[in-house]
Amino acid sequence: MAEAAVVFTPPESYTGRLMHYCPGCTHGIIHRLVAEVIDDLGARERTVGVCPVGCAVYAYNYLNLDMIEAAHGRAPAVATGVKRVLRDRVVFTYQGDGDLASIGTAEIVHAAARNEAITVVFVNNAVFGMTQGQMAPTTLVGQRASTAPCGRRPEHEGYPVKIVEMLNALEGPTYLARASMASPRWVRDAKKKLRKAFLAQVEHGGFGLVEVLSSCPTWWGKPPLEALKWIESDMMAYYPVGELRDLPDGQAKGK
Amino acid sequence: MSDASPRYGEPVLMKGNEAVCEGAIWAGCRFFFGYPITPQNQIPEYMSRRLPEVGGVFLQGESELASISMVYGAASAGARVMTTSSSPGISLMIEGISYLYGSELPAVIVNVSRGGPGLGNISAAQSDYTQATHMGHGDISMVVLGPNSVQELYEMTAWAFDIADEARAPVMVLADAVLGQMMEPMRPREDAPPPPPSKPWATTGCAGRAPNVVNSLYTADDDLEALNVRVRDRYLRVADRICRCEETQADDADVLLVSFGTSSRVCETGVARLRSRGVRAGLLRPLTLRPFPSARLLELAGSVRVMLAVEMNLGQMLEDVRLAVQGRVRVDFLGRTGGNIPSVAAVAEAAERALAGSD
Repeated sequence: MAEAAVVFTPPESYTGRLMHYCPGCTHGIIHRLVAEVIDDLGARERTVGVCPVGCAVYAYNYLNLDMIEAAHGRAPAVATGVKRVLRDRVVFTYQGDGDLASIGTAEIVHAAARNEAITVVFVNNAVFGMTQGQMAPTTLVGQRASTAPCGRRPEHEGYPVKIVEMLNALEGPTYLARASMASPRWVRDAKKKLRKAFLAQVEHGGFGLVEVLSSCPTWWGKPPLEALKWIESDMMAYYPVGELRDLPDGQAKGK
Repeated sequence: MSDASPRYGEPVLMKGNEAVCEGAIWAGCRFFFGYPITPQNQIPEYMSRRLPEVGGVFLQGESELASISMVYGAASAGARVMTTSSSPGISLMIEGISYLYGSELPAVIVNVSRGGPGLGNISAAQSDYTQATHMGHGDISMVVLGPNSVQELYEMTAWAFDIADEARAPVMVLADAVLGQMMEPMRPREDAPPPPPSKPWATTGCAGRAPNVVNSLYTADDDLEALNVRVRDRYLRVADRICRCEETQADDADVLLVSFGTSSRVCETGVARLRSRGVRAGLLRPLTLRPFPSARLLELAGSVRVMLAVEMNLGQMLEDVRLAVQGRVRVDFLGRTGGNIPSVAAVAEAAERALAGSD
């Protein structure tokens, strides 16, 4: 019998622990993409990640890196503190929309304005997941949430916030993109964008952010596949996918 | 304050706020994140010029909320790091200080207190004593130092870094607008500071070791209780060694003034004036507000007839004095607030009134 050879392993930057996320949650995919990108860059041992308050508060259980738990919304400030001390390490944050687009709006704007050499993975699922489905600044018009039982009404709750477009008004940031988890084709695209957001830091010494449109089957009240379809039909219609600000040389150098 | 044989240089006329900076830099602090607020703006301004001179990093945060989180990140990365603010800004930092404490991270926070509550004013007050000594959500035992001169601002800020690293916790230096703005001769240290301890727990990238996680989330109840007990025990061991107070003619006093910071300077003059009138007055000045010199106060409760707490607030350290003496002696109070400072005459009169009412 031929000897078995190992031809594929999970990323080194993934701890291998069973994840606590809901069935159909796209955090699992995004964690994996981040782990793969860090492995591709050979950066695991010189990377420090900052977790949010949100479902991904436990990201430190799944990413095999030095990790720091930040206060709600403050991850870009925590990352700034780390990066200003350890200039040659790779520093990234992983934040949900309640974290980044609600309580953390000041911190993300100013980190981007400073072109702080960090990478931000912004997981937008249009709802506060961990606290059980409240309306977020990114909840779509008409979308129901536990604190918007009639659905978001512009005249009462205003319009959803487009973070990447807002940040694109600043001089500072190096790379700004929006990606989606809606289907495998978009997952592959998201990985490319995440890689560029890390290269914004590693090769261009600047700020890179990818907003990843994600699903929350539990609080959207949809089965997982339907939730993914809703990303494509509804979220991508309001939050356009694309690269709003590309790396200076238009593409990744080297590896 | 922690060294066997410190060496001092020639005196320099220096502002209190600047002495904070020089004390921090002497102690090896190379990172400062802060936000403008009166009456401590000279600190970020001075650090913005001075830190780059010593190879450090200054960054103005977009708010106090951001600044304390930048401190948290830098502390996580193993650096000696400081922030400063004043009353309303400290309120914004409280959540971050609780996070530092629960994550077992060292950092130094200086409060140059002003009048409150709310926006208050920019005059000196001591009305953040309770906030400092009962800091944050959760069971927090944070060391709080109480300077009363430019020299002490320098020395205590430096000392705070050693305490913070040993306790693996935030440490506060509680000053006020008068101390921050005053200028006095200050003698800087010329010897080298003790080297900081190694920090194997820091998040510096996991080369050659298992990953470190800096975190204050412990979902299992027993785990969180164990964290709380562990950090409390570490505080108690440090507290045992560092508890400090300064006494002026307390041993034979009939009336003991108890006061810290700026109001203690008024009390020093008050004691002299009372003694010149034949009143046996004394002063106990806590240098560490936490740990509070309760044992010494309990001891003195056996020999004095009455105590008088003097503060620039409506009665905050007063509570700690009353707790300390366990009802064995009456503790009266003299306080002014809003930026007002008790006068020597008012202190002397209150001390005599206290004595008169103590038979």
